[in-house]
Amino acid sequence: MGIPFYVQQGLNGLSFGALLFLLASGLTLIFGLMRIVNIAQGSYYLLGAYVGLSVMHWTHNFLLAIVVAGAAVAAIGACMQRWFLARFHQQALPQFLLTMGFAFIFSDQALLLWGGDPQSVPVPPALGGTLVLGSVYFPTYRLFVIVVGAVVYAGLWTLQERTRLGAMVRAAVDDAEMARGLGIHVGKVMTGVFTLGAALAAAGGVMGAAFLSIYPGADFDVLPLAFVVVIVGGLGSLKGAFVGSLLVGLLDNFGKALFPELSYFTLFAPMAVILALRPQGLFGRA
Amino acid sequence: MWRRANGSSGRWGSRAMGAAVLVALAALPLVSPTYYLHLLTLTFCYGILAMSLDVLVGYTGLSSLGHAAYFGVAGYMVGVLATRYALGFWPAFSLALLAAIIVAGVFGLLAIRATGPYFLIITLALGQIIWGLAYRWVSMTGGDNGLRGIPRPVVGFGLHLAQIQSFYYFALIVTALAAGVMAVLAVSPFGLTLRGIRESGSRMRALGYNVWLHKYLAFVIAGAFSGLGGVLYAYYNQFVSPADVSLVASANALLMVVLGGSGTLWGALIGAALLVFLQNLISGLTQRWLTILGAILVLSVMYAPQGIVGAARVLVARGTAGPASRAAPVPTAEPHA
Amino acid sequence: MAQAVTRRAVVKRGVFLAGAAVCGLGRLRPIAYAQEKAPIRIGFIADITGTVAQSGRDMLDGFQLYLAEKGSTMAGRPVDLIIEDAAGVPANALTKARKLVEQDQVHILTAPLLASEGYAVRDYIVDRNTPTLFAVCSADDLTQRKRAPVIIRTGWSSSEPSHPFGEWVAGTLKYKRIATIGSDYAFGYEVVGGFQRTFEQRGGQVVQKIWAPLGTPDYSPYVTQIRRDVDAVFAIPVGADAIRFTKTYRQYGLKDKIPLIGGGVLMDESLLRGMDPSDADGTITALMWSAALPTPQAQKFVAAFRARYAKDPSYYAETNYSGAQWIHAAVEHIDGKVEDQQGFLRALRAVQLPNAPRGPMRLDDYQNVVQNVYVRKVDVRDGHAQNTVIYTFHNVSQFWTFPPAAFLAQPVYGRDFPPCRYCA
Repeated sequence: MGIPFYVQQGLNGLSFGALLFLLASGLTLIFGLMRIVNIAQGSYYLLGAYVGLSVMHWTHNFLLAIVVAGAAVAAIGACMQRWFLARFHQQALPQFLLTMGFAFIFSDQALLLWGGDPQSVPVPPALGGTLVLGSVYFPTYRLFVIVVGAVVYAGLWTLQERTRLGAMVRAAVDDAEMARGLGIHVGKVMTGVFTLGAALAAAGGVMGAAFLSIYPGADFDVLPLAFVVVIVGGLGSLKGAFVGSLLVGLLDNFGKALFPELSYFTLFAPMAVILALRPQGLFGRA
Repeated sequence: MWRRANGSSGRWGSRAMGAAVLVALAALPLVSPTYYLHLLTLTFCYGILAMSLDVLVGYTGLSSLGHAAYFGVAGYMVGVLATRYALGFWPAFSLALLAAIIVAGVFGLLAIRATGPYFLIITLALGQIIWGLAYRWVSMTGGDNGLRGIPRPVVGFGLHLAQIQSFYYFALIVTALAAGVMAVLAVSPFGLTLRGIRESGSRMRALGYNVWLHKYLAFVIAGAFSGLGGVLYAYYNQFVSPADVSLVASANALLMVVLGGSGTLWGALIGAALLVFLQNLISGLTQRWLTILGAILVLSVMYAPQGIVGAARVLVARGTAGPASRAAPVPTAEPHA
Repeated sequence: MAQAVTRRAVVKRGVFLAGAAVCGLGRLRPIAYAQEKAPIRIGFIADITGTVAQSGRDMLDGFQLYLAEKGSTMAGRPVDLIIEDAAGVPANALTKARKLVEQDQVHILTAPLLASEGYAVRDYIVDRNTPTLFAVCSADDLTQRKRAPVIIRTGWSSSEPSHPFGEWVAGTLKYKRIATIGSDYAFGYEVVGGFQRTFEQRGGQVVQKIWAPLGTPDYSPYVTQIRRDVDAVFAIPVGADAIRFTKTYRQYGLKDKIPLIGGGVLMDESLLRGMDPSDADGTITALMWSAALPTPQAQKFVAAFRARYAKDPSYYAETNYSGAQWIHAAVEHIDGKVEDQQGFLRALRAVQLPNAPRGPMRLDDYQNVVQNVYVRKVDVRDGHAQNTVIYTFHNVSQFWTFPPAAFLAQPVYGRDFPPCRYCA
């Protein structure tokens, strides 16, 4: 296995990881602040992809598709959080079940609205080429996904660490009562974070649909992957989500390329091992 | 803790109701078309699975998303032993149960360290590992095609359970026994300790209980009963496939517990009946079964958080004791540190 | 007191007498009357929700189109199509089969889509002796080592099109070295296995066999593993995987360098609809159907299907249309007396359809269909991709040119059978 092999699989893994990050970052932020295990995160991905698909159909504008999908799903997320989840503050099981119920509804309604045929979002022509470096091939679009992932991480990190808004979120995560006492409207912060998580997942859906296709069941196919990422990285940690996505993307790719016999286990077995050794994940709080 | 309407008379009341239900179920084959016997038999198999999960969720406070794994391990074990090695009922059943206990024992070591959402995810991962195994170990499990041709058992005294009527009685008896054992467990000192752990693990630790050991034992016992359900299921359908150990199967089990009412055992059985009957009857009328299920779940969480059994108890309490008994709502079982 | 002879009384008495007469008449010929108007009940185990929802939908659409064309009547009796959804889960398929047979008392069942579902119901339908039409479920063994008298397979067996295709690829395209990539489950094994067997018999070499799990989200680790020193890649990823695979195949630059061939399902019309035409263009596959088949009966069917459902009929749709046609032929043959189970089964076995949309159909001794297999190439015209037929094999059976006994003596095609003798 020469250098080109490692470079090739490394790049593949990074691009897949970048996509996972878009999905997992929302999941981890939502959990960090609200302790909600959001089963509907996969549905946000699915709905975002389908909305983006329709927008592409009508306008052929990729950027618009991402923006509209993000906004539409963000609205759905906001409603879900404010009218349903907020009532069960600090009650993990009811919140988890609510998100599961909504996930079923969204999944079925998507089947009803967009039909059962698998479809793909067309890649914008500007990003349609393939980069060639010796024997290493890499589609330009996947490079784009990596760049977007990195930019989103940088943006989220800056938001969290360097802005007032981020400080409010961090305060609310640390101690909600205290934060409220300081005049921070914790309820609004929660809705905001939930909405952001949904928008990120939707954007991830549109971008993913362009190279992974969208079909009924995609929501429950990507969800376990996102969970693996946040668990390995540590629930609630943004850095954990970032490192976790890279790790999972690389592990999955190399695992499938080097040990194809074990393809069904390349994700979950290492995850179980990591959890056995460090239950809170790499960067999570105990 | 679950409050009863009034002390001991409530206990006798529910026992009488239980006896009545048993009698009704026993008499059913005399009047009912065979299709409903099929649905009830399925309910019994899943009911045992759901009850075993309730031991974890309702009594110990641990929500698992991988509980179908032990159901499937036992089911596949029965399948392999009965088809490939032509083992009879008792040896196959015992070995299958043993397999479920061993797997639960190993997985428990990995899982019990975690709590709350971590426990949820790690049990999901462990369940997926079993699913992956069922899929890939084609020589043993048949892979995606599943394992077919499991013969109906001969249980002793030459009792061949080929007909649905006889198998139904067998399933009813097994379920009643399993429910009985789990109910006794629930009110035993062990069961009460579990409920204490559900309320607050740290408090129990401070009181000197070995919390880890109790949780571990609960996990293994739940796994064992889950395996029992799997044995019944494999013999009933005469077919096992990876779908029976999938994430969907585990999620369905959790739904049965929650919709019926966690922490009551009864609730798990009712939840199983609800899901089996609703799914089969509604999917014939509309394609939107999943939407309906999702809506039921959302509405149940919003307006009947203790599930059907909890809601029924509230109604009974209001009915028998008037406005004075309208106590504050009891919180739902929480995954707990 | 005598009743007044009022108009009302007369009318009342008249109605009463007329009613009695009708009842009496009814009693005179109850059986014949009941037989003629009592419906023929067909139990359709569909998979219209779940992972294979769209294919299941196509199956139902095809069947219902045929019934609509015949006014839902066969041999003078109305047809009652009872549809139950199994959602792609084998245990559900079994429960629905039980319901249809025991509760609805159907005269004939149609099998669900997936192989696992087919195996789940097999023992039950054998036990109940219910004639069952297998229009799509293609697990090889169901009409081979696990065959049964009640299984009437009018669809195909997974390896049926692969056998002639392997010979054609070696003989006509003259490819020598091929890498295969397929979905890691029985259907994939059978499609690749049949191809490999005849391809290697004709002097070809399969030098690499890659298997990807069902539902693989990212095909890049697999596509980048494909050896570059091959003449072509034979692919059989399934369902949504096919769209992902072809897209990745092109995005990583392989499409321009290594021709893509594969199992017919790869380029089925149900998937072509959602594929980027440039991902699909030029792919050569083999199947017993193409919506671009230029025969009059095929085009008539395609036009009718397009008019009703606004899309090209996939093989899921055609097999069920001709499946309904098959049932109709059998019912006509026995004058509608479907209650005679043995007679109905005999009629089902004996049907021959010379003019089904896909071409001539009849059963072999193992009750699997003998039919044409078409080699198709994807052509893109005005942005619309179609499977242009470039070669036709006639009278293809599940055993191809092998004697059945010898064929059955070998194991069913598996992950490692045929073994990859030329793999590095």
